Amino acid sequence: MLQAQAAEHESAGGMTEYIGHHLTHLRWPAQDGFWTLNLDTLFFTFVVCAAFLALFLGVARRAKVANPGKVQSFLEMVVVFVDGAVKETFHGKSKLIAPLSITIFGLVFFMNFLDMLPVDLLPGLWMRGHELAGHNPAHAYLRIVPTADLSTTLGMALTVFLLIQYFGLKHKGPAVFFGEMFTAPFHAHGTVGKIVLAPINFLLRLIEEAVRPVSLSLRLFGNMYAGELIFILIAVMTLDATLTHFSTYLLGIGQFIAGFAWTAFHILVITLQAFIFMMLTIVYLSMAAERH
Amino acid sequence: MIPNITFVIQGLAFFAVVWLVMKFGWPHIMAAIEDRQQKIAEGLAAADRAKAELKDADARVADEIKKARAQAAEIVDKAHQQANQIVDKAKADALLEAARVKATAQTEIDGMVGKAREALRGQVATLAVQGASKIIGREINADAHKVLLDQLVAEI
Repeated sequence: MLQAQAAEHESAGGMTEYIGHHLTHLRWPAQDGFWTLNLDTLFFTFVVCAAFLALFLGVARRAKVANPGKVQSFLEMVVVFVDGAVKETFHGKSKLIAPLSITIFGLVFFMNFLDMLPVDLLPGLWMRGHELAGHNPAHAYLRIVPTADLSTTLGMALTVFLLIQYFGLKHKGPAVFFGEMFTAPFHAHGTVGKIVLAPINFLLRLIEEAVRPVSLSLRLFGNMYAGELIFILIAVMTLDATLTHFSTYLLGIGQFIAGFAWTAFHILVITLQAFIFMMLTIVYLSMAAERH
Repeated sequence: MIPNITFVIQGLAFFAVVWLVMKFGWPHIMAAIEDRQQKIAEGLAAADRAKAELKDADARVADEIKKARAQAAEIVDKAHQQANQIVDKAKADALLEAARVKATAQTEIDGMVGKAREALRGQVATLAVQGASKIIGREINADAHKVLLDQLVAEI
């Protein structure tokens, strides 16, 4: 309904316009560029962070030893699960790695979960609001899934990258940490061999370290972006539909089945992606703490 | 699709949440879980201890009952013995008393028999004198025949 109205306003567009509109961030300033802020991503990230913190810290503050409530029991289940995953992989002692893991899991899951909202619900309301405020709804952009924005996944992956470096430095000490950059993975015994292998080792190390945030961020972003795009494509099936056409009813049924199937499948994807991001972070941090 | 400066804010926000969770969230929940685990372990241990103690107490009670039974039997035995003793003594006393009473009676009887004999002897002498006087027809001087009479009395 709403997208149909929006398409009416933007008579030029149709399907391409609809998809393009859905894939454009609410930006400030309004042009694309490195110094542009994606306000929608920031807002929904803030909402998700606030919700996660309110839930987690709220329960933690009132955590009862005897007779835990339902919410506490559920959170404890997740905490124990994450703690088990961490202890399986990382055998040292660390105050950081487990809270980091559960934060990643919780935040990524909640952010991904925004993809479960109907694809036009919030953007449609946003456009409607703009229209009511007397603005052109064609310029009312809104993307609500923060993890379908590469800025979010890259920001998280880079934070994880910095934590990996900090973790390695802390656990190995600076001498071993910087020494290993030039002496691993290829070991040499003579002085000449060491000098020859040092640049190769350093290059490999650079690639290894650089690949991690890139793969972490692109994997999550790609999955969520693709998922969102498929929801948009499913929504397109009845774009500009009218009740007088027979095809509308066929496409309507098809849209319902496709939407249902993809939503059900996507529940797995969002959980799995959150879990993968968490597990890889644990693995990277464990590797950073190990001597080669 | 191309990342912009938003990623810096996203990274910082993410780190802030991690820090808050690490500082104020995770330790509390972990502490609650571990405290509970410890309490459960303690509770189970206490239950085991209590069970063992109960078993011990049961054994002790059974022992006490056994001892008490033995004591009671002993007491009953002793009482029986005492009663028997008392009865025996009473019997012996009674026999003794009876013998004593019998002896006293015998003595009395003997005394009375002697007295009666004495009396009879005296009367026999008198009767003999009276009888002889009647037969002879005259009075016998008791003094003159004293020797004869005494002899007669002694013969009776």
